[in-house]
Amino acid sequence: MPKPIKSITNPKLRLEILTPAEVKRIHDATLHIIENVGVRFPSQQALEIWEAHGASVDRDKMIVKARPALIEEALKACPPVYSLAARDPAQDLPLDGNHVYVGTDGCGVEVLDIQNGQRRTSCLRDVVDIARIADATEEVAFHWVPVSAQDQPPETRGLHEIKAIWENSTKHVQTESIYNAREARAAIEMAIAIAGSKEALRKRPLLSLMQCSAPPLGHDAGSLEAALLAAEHGVPTGFMTMSACLTTGPASVAGTLAVGNAEVLAATALLQLAFPGAPVFYAAAQTASDLRSGAYTGGGPEDFLFGAATNVLSNFYNIPLSMGSFATGAKEPNWQAGLENSLSTFMASVVMSDMLLGVGFLHGSRIWSYAQMMMDCEIFSIIHKMMRGIVVDDESLALDTIAAVGPGGNFLSQKHTLKHMRDIFVPQFMDRRPYNEWEGRKDDARDWALAKARKILETHRPEPLDPKLSAEMERIIETLEK
Amino acid sequence: MSADLFLKMAQSIIDGDSDVSAALARQAIEAGIDPLEAITQGFVVGVNTVGDAFAKGDAFLPELVMAGEAMKAAVATLEPEMQKRGTQRMMLGKVVLATVEGDIHEIGKSLVGTMLSASGFQVYDMGVDVPTARIIAKAKEVDADIVGLSALLTTTMVKQKEVIEELDRLGLRRKIKVIVGGAPVTRDWVQKIEADGYSEDAIGAVAIAKQLVGAV
Repeated sequence: MPKPIKSITNPKLRLEILTPAEVKRIHDATLHIIENVGVRFPSQQALEIWEAHGASVDRDKMIVKARPALIEEALKACPPVYSLAARDPAQDLPLDGNHVYVGTDGCGVEVLDIQNGQRRTSCLRDVVDIARIADATEEVAFHWVPVSAQDQPPETRGLHEIKAIWENSTKHVQTESIYNAREARAAIEMAIAIAGSKEALRKRPLLSLMQCSAPPLGHDAGSLEAALLAAEHGVPTGFMTMSACLTTGPASVAGTLAVGNAEVLAATALLQLAFPGAPVFYAAAQTASDLRSGAYTGGGPEDFLFGAATNVLSNFYNIPLSMGSFATGAKEPNWQAGLENSLSTFMASVVMSDMLLGVGFLHGSRIWSYAQMMMDCEIFSIIHKMMRGIVVDDESLALDTIAAVGPGGNFLSQKHTLKHMRDIFVPQFMDRRPYNEWEGRKDDARDWALAKARKILETHRPEPLDPKLSAEMERIIETLEK
Repeated sequence: MSADLFLKMAQSIIDGDSDVSAALARQAIEAGIDPLEAITQGFVVGVNTVGDAFAKGDAFLPELVMAGEAMKAAVATLEPEMQKRGTQRMMLGKVVLATVEGDIHEIGKSLVGTMLSASGFQVYDMGVDVPTARIIAKAKEVDADIVGLSALLTTTMVKQKEVIEELDRLGLRRKIKVIVGGAPVTRDWVQKIEADGYSEDAIGAVAIAKQLVGAV
């Protein structure tokens, strides 16, 4: 039974957040930063690649400065369109600029237990459960590793996590939790096992990797080397900037956009210099740090602006974007969570960001909530509906029907109504009951969302993975644990 | 004369201007003012003013950080004169700070360092990716009261535990308190590894450190 994936496509809504001239200014500022300030690449392998292509490399400080032409030429090799492949080919995700997909967010450290609601440290079982629920949900198109499997050994944790997801879902797996060459090599080996061969994986990448930058203007050696390895194997790779106004970026939104852009572009150019044509994506989750504590916020008007502006940049470079949306800073599913997740996701969607990360978290991507996951899916569905805009044609203007009803009647019994009523959105988690009915129960969206997640977990049986493949993955992991 | 200078000193801290605070410190030395007096009657007054404004919600974190930097510049300028006179500023305690081995995330740790040093702690910031053995060696060398350990990854967080176990093994656990921080650090983790304290932000870290050295 093929499971459809809900994605935003052929949108009618538009937003111009940056003019072409403003994009050009940010681009020029970015190249100025890379050429004059430089970006830190603390990896011998990366520095050698830069040197071989004529960049100026300070070996002591491990800072690379590159001419604009070097960066611009390298970026031309980025493939503008490719697909993230899934175990079920019907669930492949074309990153073609005309689809917006949602993933599960990552990588949290605590979970609100689905049965007793208690907050506790996350473990592998949670990765399994979340993957199963996401597998059943039409809104979730692909997986990130949602929470850290803290009951697994640190040196192979990232591998246990992706194995668990592959075993419990047929959808694409993107991991943000593998950030060294050793684990990346094993992860790619696992992906090759499932794909059937190296060539098959290159053709249909069942795995993609997301690496965080080390802001401001730096990268981590392990991340760079894992990304280079992925690029070599045609495994899609993205660098994410989490540049934050006040702390890792200037207080101004434009300045922080430029700093983050420099981080992403420099690393992306490195991958293209090493492996021209390797599938890459742009990833971002910029924010403004809290003015009082300096802490990560997970929402606010600056975040929403970043959410819309970044896809304009990634479009300028013709690279797919993975954009941070949802991920409220709220401590429980409440007013703040609804507000932040709706606005961030709307702003990132209206500009057609290719991937949105993602559903399910509270407290700035730290605490997983199944209720929040389900409600985030509904937020996406509402935006999905809005993005179709308003159809204006003879059928939708319905002049004959309006004439048939005339002044004073109603439209409930019209054939036109019967034909089109299902175009109207039916919410699962909005309270539209009579007041008295609510008063008798005092339940709300959170209760219904949690009940839905529990029901899916009880009833959904994902398409099993061939046990031979599980055994092979287990073998690969064990090799690293010896 | 010196009353006027003290006012200017306080103002330089409030303005967060390191150039001015250092220049005023030099001026004080030339005028033969006791460096300790310059600190307590001049610069510290500014630090307290910014601290109070922050507590009331009238000032923000960048103002605290800049005040801290200006204070640091002033004290550094006065340091040689204090040594000459054989006097010493009373510190609340010595803190060795590090981001643990395998982890390169710096900003939160550095912010904690700035806040601690502005609040009167002697801070030894060892930077990032620091192996356990080096942290312990430094703590012993400077006779630290507190070791502060930062980690942003669940995979490196285990090093916080390693440092605590090592201090325990060396019989230093009663003498040296350990505070931990970083996005994945939760209360459960802190209890599990038996750290002495943790905070989710830099302001909270100062409060914890003060508690641990009995300064509040």
